Amino acid sequence: MKYVALNDLHAGLGAKMIEFAGYNMPVLYTNLIQEHLAVRNSVGVFDVSHMGEFMLKGEKALELIQLVTSNDASKLTDGKVQYSCLPNDKGGIVDDLLVYRWSADEYYLVVNASNIEKDWNWISQHNTFGVEMKNMSDDMSLFAVQGPNAIKALQKLTDVNLSAMEYYTFCGGTMAGCDDVIISNTGYTGAGGFEIYVWNKDAKKMWDAIFEAGKEFDIIPVGLGARDTLRLEKGFCLYGNDINDETSPIEAGLGWITKFTKPFIMSEHHKAIKENGATKKLVGFELIDRGIPRQHYMIKDAEGNTIGEVTSGTQSPSLNKAIGMGYVAASHSKVDSEIFIEIREKMIKAKVVKIPFL
Amino acid sequence: MNFPENLKYTKDHEWVSVEGNVATIGITDFAQKELGDIVYVDIPSKGKTIAKDEVFGTVEAVKTVSDLFMPLSGEVIELNADLDAAPENVNNDAYGTGWMIKATITNPAEIDELLDATAYKQLINA
Repeated sequence: MKYVALNDLHAGLGAKMIEFAGYNMPVLYTNLIQEHLAVRNSVGVFDVSHMGEFMLKGEKALELIQLVTSNDASKLTDGKVQYSCLPNDKGGIVDDLLVYRWSADEYYLVVNASNIEKDWNWISQHNTFGVEMKNMSDDMSLFAVQGPNAIKALQKLTDVNLSAMEYYTFCGGTMAGCDDVIISNTGYTGAGGFEIYVWNKDAKKMWDAIFEAGKEFDIIPVGLGARDTLRLEKGFCLYGNDINDETSPIEAGLGWITKFTKPFIMSEHHKAIKENGATKKLVGFELIDRGIPRQHYMIKDAEGNTIGEVTSGTQSPSLNKAIGMGYVAASHSKVDSEIFIEIREKMIKAKVVKIPFL
Repeated sequence: MNFPENLKYTKDHEWVSVEGNVATIGITDFAQKELGDIVYVDIPSKGKTIAKDEVFGTVEAVKTVSDLFMPLSGEVIELNADLDAAPENVNNDAYGTGWMIKATITNPAEIDELLDATAYKQLINA
């Protein structure tokens, strides 16, 4: 098992630690609903240092990125971030990721912890462009400082004008006296806030400074449990649940990051799905009858025919409703379609709703 | 965590309080803490006779769902109706207002097989 730089600190805070993507990670500190609402209403901090960071550098870095990712990275300018995915050669997805452009010939890719090795091998395999690649995952910590008060807390720690930074932009700078920090206006909660990349040697100093600065906003550490409920309320896909080696980004509702302005691996295949219409689609739903949907529960029509499977589900702490996402036959994918979730051999009524839920 | 001496426990993290031939049953402080925020308790077994170790219901928390197991063979005669509106009672008061069912005991010999507080604490390393 691997350990993040602040592993002992989390254990010392009394966090419940679980193995996630091969890392010992804090899943819960005190109470999931409290942690969730702290992020929605004020500010919370996730240690997501398990995430992977690759540097791609060279004259042809963009060419490599254009080949392996579905979004159009040529639209990026310096200091911009783009959400994208790595299509595989079988019609599915290797991973979803963020692409950071430092300059025309230098990019960072931020990938899921569970896929670091798979992504590295996949991109390396397609690197016939002589692009220099560096895996920085073991040297970097990442703190997601999320919530409406994140900006007020963090602004105390840096001269960078955070309110001037647009969503999905980043910069390098000094924060909390640590040099060479990446300040990124991104996140996985839909609550606003920043993600702070810092070298492991500065991780403790940064963590402590963030908590000191956030004290007046009742800042708390937040575990992966609340990270999941927060992202699900916003309908953000989780790799391994909602997207995987077999799902097309078109089916997953990720058409907006799948651009046919340039060729990429299997682009003709996904283009055909888009043009012919996907036969199954990832939808959001809420339960009408009492129950909580969970991953792998079957989705049925009124006659009891299986029309799909739940990929993510929870009781939404913000909405106090049972919500979920899953793939259903296109015929049942319209908003307000009546569907049923099979829970312990009972048919629980649900309806398709718009994503995001909140 | 709190494990009252006057209760009996199971390895599946239920507690039992026996009075005459009626057992009151709930889940332990350890169990509620592991589950986290409980959203509802689903017990479709009222009026049914259920054997020891069989499922009498399920408890749904935000993060996970867990089966509830009969600590003793018996007939489920009463459900804690308050949990419908206040499932958080299981988190806040597991041995009090968080009780789940009452059952008439059909095989009193099974009571001796239950764990006492000391044995249960050993089981969970508390």
